[in-house]
Amino acid sequence: MSLQVQELSFGTRLRHRIGVVADSFRRNPTMLFGVAVLTLMAASAFLAPWLGLPDPMQQTPRERLQPPSAEALFGTDMYGRDLFSRVLHGGQVSLVVGLSVAALATSIGLFIGLISGFIRSVDAVIMRLMDALMSIPSILLAIALVALWGSSVQNVILALTIPEVPRVVRLVRSVVLMLRDQLYVQAAIACGTSTPRILIRHILPNTIPPLIVQATYICAQAVIFEAYLSFVGAGTPPEIPSWGNIMAEGRMFFFQTAGIILYPGAFLALTVFAINTFGDGLRDALDPRMQRRV
Amino acid sequence: MYVYILRRLLATIPIMGLVAVFVFMLLHLSPGDPAVIIAGDFANEEQVDKIREALGLNDPLHVQFGRWLIDLLQGDMGESIYSGMPVTELIGQRVEPTLMLTLCTMVIAISLAIPLGVIAAWKVGTWIDRAVMTLAVFGFSVPVFVIGYLLILGGSRTLGWFPVQGYTSIFESIPGFLSHITLPALTLGAVYMALIARMTRATMLEVLNEDYVRTAYAKGLATRKVLVKHALKNAMVPISTTIGLGVALLIGGVVVTESVFAIPGLGRLTVDAVLRTDYPVIQGVILVFSFTYVLLNLLIDLTYVLFDPRIRY
Repeated sequence: MSLQVQELSFGTRLRHRIGVVADSFRRNPTMLFGVAVLTLMAASAFLAPWLGLPDPMQQTPRERLQPPSAEALFGTDMYGRDLFSRVLHGGQVSLVVGLSVAALATSIGLFIGLISGFIRSVDAVIMRLMDALMSIPSILLAIALVALWGSSVQNVILALTIPEVPRVVRLVRSVVLMLRDQLYVQAAIACGTSTPRILIRHILPNTIPPLIVQATYICAQAVIFEAYLSFVGAGTPPEIPSWGNIMAEGRMFFFQTAGIILYPGAFLALTVFAINTFGDGLRDALDPRMQRRV
Repeated sequence: MYVYILRRLLATIPIMGLVAVFVFMLLHLSPGDPAVIIAGDFANEEQVDKIREALGLNDPLHVQFGRWLIDLLQGDMGESIYSGMPVTELIGQRVEPTLMLTLCTMVIAISLAIPLGVIAAWKVGTWIDRAVMTLAVFGFSVPVFVIGYLLILGGSRTLGWFPVQGYTSIFESIPGFLSHITLPALTLGAVYMALIARMTRATMLEVLNEDYVRTAYAKGLATRKVLVKHALKNAMVPISTTIGLGVALLIGGVVVTESVFAIPGLGRLTVDAVLRTDYPVIQGVILVFSFTYVLLNLLIDLTYVLFDPRIRY
């Protein structure tokens, strides 16, 4: 005897999901604002080398700390480098770090969380390890890691990923624990479906919507934390312009040209704000159960 | 109750033990020779050997860990590589500014954020609600040090009300302490306030839909009484959880805030240690902050009984 189940094709389900997201754009104009700002930020950061701007590293000592003008929209820094060009280029590091940390932390956390939630024998051990990792304040842990590993963009990404993993594990695990008691999962177990297949076919798809929402928040946080790390001197190497670096180097000159902190700061804040509003919108669209939470 | 507290305290021991193992392993899991990492790129062979000797890095790992743990249990966290001073002493000297800054921040943030969250929930959907929520998102999005510099620009430079930087101990002069602590506390508190205000609003919105709130209104209680005594009290458990977990944000923010305002606290100590790869100091600071964080959250768990008499320990 075989059990035939009519499944909706992948295409149909994808179209449905896209429809849900499109609907939420209509209902939630601030989400559209978030996406627009993010697109603009990404475009200006990654197209910056082709915009005909001055080289962000080009030092012209005679023109140091100039106020904004037609040639240098945001003025120049203490080495006479064009601040506008540096701020646009600086977006690359922040966006790459934010996206990579979000992608890495959610995939590692998803993997560990699925195992921890479904295979009870390892759950206690994994969760105690995660509890301990969560007891170390994340920025401190990241600072220590970069201090030991040396400053490079990869190390910053890894150092910011590790403290985020336990939070993802907890989220995934709680979803899995809820799902394993659902009738359809019990039925799958009763049918003799293998554990990997249950995890991948039946449980994994349901963890994705809350995970995507979580990923946006991790991304926003990582963008801010990258700036913190650079600011305390344990971040992106100084020769690469990043928003954190520009502000860290410029702090001595803040009272001469406030723009050296305020321009990159404003770009950073706007980006994080956009990611957060995008995340809030996605949450309302993808995960109705979470709507009433923070 | 006391048995419960004792049991919870004992339950934190394995967690703290694991934290200690993590912190110990940080250095040894890093790629490369720990002594070379600590000595930095410009050290010669002799300096590296000296560090290896001083930290006992020649011994097998479990011997090193055992020795380190026994020292730690006796309150000995080793010596700073840079200054040669005991880490415990270095930390002891720097505790007061950080503790005061964190406490002031918590007092200011909690006493502003909870009322704001309550009002936003009460006036949900109005401009007041939207204004509070916009402020909260602003607090989440602007990095701590940008807020710090903005406040310095406004409060010290333009208005001249506060000193730009520095710190005065509360034991030396109370007005001096207050004028030095206000801007850093506001800076550090922004994210924390945003977090608490959002959580307060969300929980209050749920509670305000409950039957007993309608009953309280129906029997003619004043709005304020309903909001504070009936609704807020029931919303306090999740709010205090957030207050506890948010301290992790404060600890991260302290490192940055102390740099901006030149406050000689633990955050400043951390930054200096990072710049010099003074590993014993970094290790010590992480341990102290993590243990404080764990204990504080335990303490907050215990306060639940104040808000919800159904919870008994």
